[in-house]
Amino acid sequence: MNLDDQKIDELAYLARLEFKQEDKEHIRNDLNRIIDFCDQLKSVDTEGVEPLVYLSDAQNVLREDLKEEALAKSEALKNAPSKDSDYFKVPKVLKKK
Amino acid sequence: MKRYRSLSQIRLDIDEGKVSCSSLVDYYLERIAQNSHLNAFLEIFDEDAKAQAKLVDQKLKDGSAGRLAGMVLAIKDNISYRGHHVSASSKILEGFEAVYTATAVERLIAEDVIIIGRCNCDEFAMGASNENSAYGAVKNADDESRVPGGSSGGSAVAVQADLCLAALGSDTGGSIRQPAAFTGNVGFKPTYGRVSRWGLLAYGSSFDQIGPISRSMEDCALIYEIMAGKDPHDATSSLKEVDSWEYSPEKKYKIGYIKETIEREGIDSELKAHFNEVLDGLKADGHEIEAVSFPYLDYMVPCYYVLTTAEASSNLSRYSGMLYGHRSSEAQDIDTTFIKSRSEGFGEEVKRRIMTGTFVLSADYYDAYYTKAQKVRRVIQNESKALLDKFDFLISPTTPTAAFKLGEKASDPIQMYLADIYTVQAPLAGLPAISIPTGRTKDGLAIGTQVMGNSFEEKKLFNFCKQVLESYENL
Repeated sequence: MNLDDQKIDELAYLARLEFKQEDKEHIRNDLNRIIDFCDQLKSVDTEGVEPLVYLSDAQNVLREDLKEEALAKSEALKNAPSKDSDYFKVPKVLKKK
Repeated sequence: MKRYRSLSQIRLDIDEGKVSCSSLVDYYLERIAQNSHLNAFLEIFDEDAKAQAKLVDQKLKDGSAGRLAGMVLAIKDNISYRGHHVSASSKILEGFEAVYTATAVERLIAEDVIIIGRCNCDEFAMGASNENSAYGAVKNADDESRVPGGSSGGSAVAVQADLCLAALGSDTGGSIRQPAAFTGNVGFKPTYGRVSRWGLLAYGSSFDQIGPISRSMEDCALIYEIMAGKDPHDATSSLKEVDSWEYSPEKKYKIGYIKETIEREGIDSELKAHFNEVLDGLKADGHEIEAVSFPYLDYMVPCYYVLTTAEASSNLSRYSGMLYGHRSSEAQDIDTTFIKSRSEGFGEEVKRRIMTGTFVLSADYYDAYYTKAQKVRRVIQNESKALLDKFDFLISPTTPTAAFKLGEKASDPIQMYLADIYTVQAPLAGLPAISIPTGRTKDGLAIGTQVMGNSFEEKKLFNFCKQVLESYENL
């Protein structure tokens, strides 16, 4: 694979990551090598094979739809980087023009 | 204090009044302090452990103690324990406190286990050497210039160096078995779906399983049996009943080995010779051994990486700097909150895998990589199960080399990934597999042998491994 810096930037944005210029070459080289390594899969004959998505053969394991309190509000807020008594606080989403 | 190999030895001495849970905890705490340079623990729960020990000692006197009374256990730092920090050895979860307890841990506590602390690991369980931790590498206690394996390296060293009796790890591609092999322990990855993943910080959800690292087969089986079974919190946990295991010696089994595993380039000659000796020993003990060909060996690691990086890129999207975990001081809006927090919080290998996963899931490459790998996974599962219809077990070396040097593979991700070449088959196919200690190199490094069984046939697997271990006692 020959991913260029632009493709690395696109992937990084999809993953919500960023790389400093000096690290970008490093991640690009690693990715190209890893993808080449994974390209070996192309030589496996998978004609007519269904993708394996679920490992369990159990089907339709249902439960009663009952109301329960999974986590108290104070617990849910416990690890918030920023909060007030009832809510998570996040940086402003809308900006003044 | 003497070094215990199993809970049953401890219980005998408790019954005779030679030790108590409190004295055991004090002993392990002292050992941990003496061995802090190994970096096996990220945090010691000393006050909790002492309090729990007192409680269990009382229960033992009352005759109301659970099945794990006397067992001092360490847990990997990706398993939640309410009121205690859990970080997956990542800066992004620095200071994070678990608000519930993993089902597996809950069940062990209900049987009076004593949890002594949380163990270092590769960040988000991604690694084969425990060098990818934000809190520094772990050292192998047999040779401190070498790695303990990963990702459950801290758990493995905690048991190896007698810092606790047993430990929990998690296995996605070999993260219990490979470090167990590098440290001379028993390490077990259950059948997929056997142990609830509730409370395990997710890496590759269709692969991850919690399992024990121990010194004896009995402790491995006991911890497993208590943790296993349906959990309403994990929809992928199996409804199948969990059988308890009782040892029946002298059973004869039919065992296959994939000849490519020892013919492949990259296996150390000493480990190859050792494996052949193990096979000879099994034959001498009356087991039937047959070599088979399995032409998929070289495809297993690539298949594993495509699928687990894809799952990781999705699972780790939850670390966004919004609800918990690290938020960057440069967060000014949605994008900078996500991007700066994640880029500052995640380490290099985690970023590499998220990027790889994002690539294989991106619209242009999804079918060529992700769907293709899912198909290859089915082929590997079908072919593995076909072999296990014919044989009771498949046996191989656990690893191609003994513990390697710190830094030796750190700069080459692919060499590091290939450390898992023998261990990824079991999680790709959802099968149970154990690594048991069967030898030492001439330099004194531990060698593990891996035994893989058919789905949900844990009991048979334990029985065989116990038989084998009996021939290798006192390693």
